[in-house]
Amino acid sequence: MTAVLYDIPGPRARVRNNILGVVGTLVVLGVVGFVVLRLIQTGQFAPRRWEWITYINIQYLLLDALWNTLRAFLLAAVLSLVFGAIFAAGRLSDHRWVSGPATAVVEFFRAVPLLVLIFILYYGVSRSLGITISAYWAVVLGLMLYNGSVLAEVFRAGVLAQPKGQSEAAYALGMRKTQVMTNVLLPQALRAMLPTIIAQLVVVLKDTALGFIILYPELLYQARFLGNQGQLGGPILQVGIVIAVIYITMCLLLSALANWLEKRTRRSPRAVVKAPAPPDAGPGTGAS
Amino acid sequence: MNVLLDNLPLYLEAFFFGTIRLFVISAIGSLVLGTVLAAMRVSPMPVLRVFGAMYVNIVRNTPLTLVFFFFAFAYPRLDLIDVSYFVAACAALIVYTAAFVCEVIRSGVNTVPVGQAEAARALGFTFAQILGQIVMPQAFRAVVPPLTSIMIALLKNTTIAAGFSVFEAGGIYQNLSERGYDVLVGLLWVALFFLILVLPLTGLQRTLEKRWRVAA
Repeated sequence: MTAVLYDIPGPRARVRNNILGVVGTLVVLGVVGFVVLRLIQTGQFAPRRWEWITYINIQYLLLDALWNTLRAFLLAAVLSLVFGAIFAAGRLSDHRWVSGPATAVVEFFRAVPLLVLIFILYYGVSRSLGITISAYWAVVLGLMLYNGSVLAEVFRAGVLAQPKGQSEAAYALGMRKTQVMTNVLLPQALRAMLPTIIAQLVVVLKDTALGFIILYPELLYQARFLGNQGQLGGPILQVGIVIAVIYITMCLLLSALANWLEKRTRRSPRAVVKAPAPPDAGPGTGAS
Repeated sequence: MNVLLDNLPLYLEAFFFGTIRLFVISAIGSLVLGTVLAAMRVSPMPVLRVFGAMYVNIVRNTPLTLVFFFFAFAYPRLDLIDVSYFVAACAALIVYTAAFVCEVIRSGVNTVPVGQAEAARALGFTFAQILGQIVMPQAFRAVVPPLTSIMIALLKNTTIAAGFSVFEAGGIYQNLSERGYDVLVGLLWVALFFLILVLPLTGLQRTLEKRWRVAA
C-alpha cells in the first residue's frame, strides 16, 4: 500500500536507501546497545539478581499473581460484554425515557478516567458510604463500567452500520422491532464487530494492571514486592522484564486472535459491512 | 460544594500545573515521536519498517502501568541522569502514546487512494510534492478524528501518573483524606472536571468525523 509514495528505486536510489537503512539501524542499535551496556555496568545481569527465578515459592507467588490478573480480566470481560449489550440496547431504544438515561450513563463512564472510577469505588464509596468494596471488586467494577460503555458504543455502531435494506426488508415481512434486532441485525453486527470487540478485551487485560495502584495483588504488585526484597538483591528490573514478557505475550495472543478473525470475516463475502474505526485506546488505549 | 471551595487552590494547581501541563508536554512529544515512527513504517527501507513495527507491536500490548513501572522504579537503577517524577511520567506517556499516534498516521496515509499518488507521479511531481500537496492534505482528514480520540485517552491516562506520585488531578484524593474531607465528594469533583474537559473534545471528534468522512 505504502509503496505508492515512491517509484521502484533505481540503482542510485537503492544505494541511497541502503545507506539510510544502515544509518537508521546503527542509530536504533546504538540506543538499545547503550541501555544494555548500562545494564551490564550496573550489574543487572549478575547471576545473583536472577537467582529468584529458581525459587519454587516465588514461582508459586507469580502463578498466584497471574491467576489474580486473569481472574479480574475474565470476570471484567464477561461483565463488560453484558453491560455493553444492555446499554447498547438501551441507547437503540425508541423510548426517550430509556435511551436518554442510557446515553448519559455511557457518555459519563467513557469520559471519566478509569483510575478515577476505581478510586471512587475503592476509596470514595468505602470511606463515605460505608460499603466496603474489596480491591478485586473495585478493579472488576471499574473495568466493567468503562469498557462496558465503550463496548456499548461498539455494539451500537455495529447495528447502525448495517445496510438500511436489512431492517426495511425485515419490517416489510412483518417482524417486530425485537425480532428485527435479534434475528436480523445483531447476528450480522456481531460478526462484523468481533475483531473490534476482541481488541477492546485486550484493553481490559492491559487495564487490570491498574489494580497495582490500589494494591490489588496482581502481577505488577508482586513484581514490585519481589523487586524490593533486599535478600534477593533488589531485582526490580529483572522482575519487571519477566512480568513485561508475560503481559506482552498474553496481549499478543489476544491481538493475534482479533487479527485472525478480521482476516476471516474480510475473506467471507457475506460480511461486507466495514467495521468502524476502533474505539479510543485505553489507558490503556485504546489509547485507554 | 465545601469540599471544592475550601480546596480550590489545591484543585486549580493540580489541574493547571499537573494534568494540563503533563498533557500538553506529552501530547507534543508523542505527536513528534509518533510521526517519526510512522515515517519509519512507510519508508522504503525494510529494516526501518521492521523496527517501527516491532516498537508499535510491543508498546501497544504493554499496559501503561507497566511502562510507568519501568520509568519510575527500574530507570533509577541504570544510574543515568537523575530525573524528576514529572519528567519520568512525561517520558512514559510519550513512549506509550506514540505507538498509537504512529498507527493512526500510517493508516491515514493508507486511506488515500493509490490513484492519487500514481496520477501525481505521472504528472512528474517529486516525492516531497506528492507527500506535501497530494497525499498529506487528504490523509489529514482521515487522521484528525482518531487523533482526537487518542488525545482524549492521553488526557485520561495522565491520572495514572498520580499512582506514581506526580502531583496532578488524580492525586487530589490523598490530600483531601489527609485533611479529613469527604473523599467521595472530592473524587466526584475530579470526575466532573474530566467530564468538562473530555465531553467537548468528544463532541468535536464526532463532528469532524461526520464532516470529514472520506467517501468510500
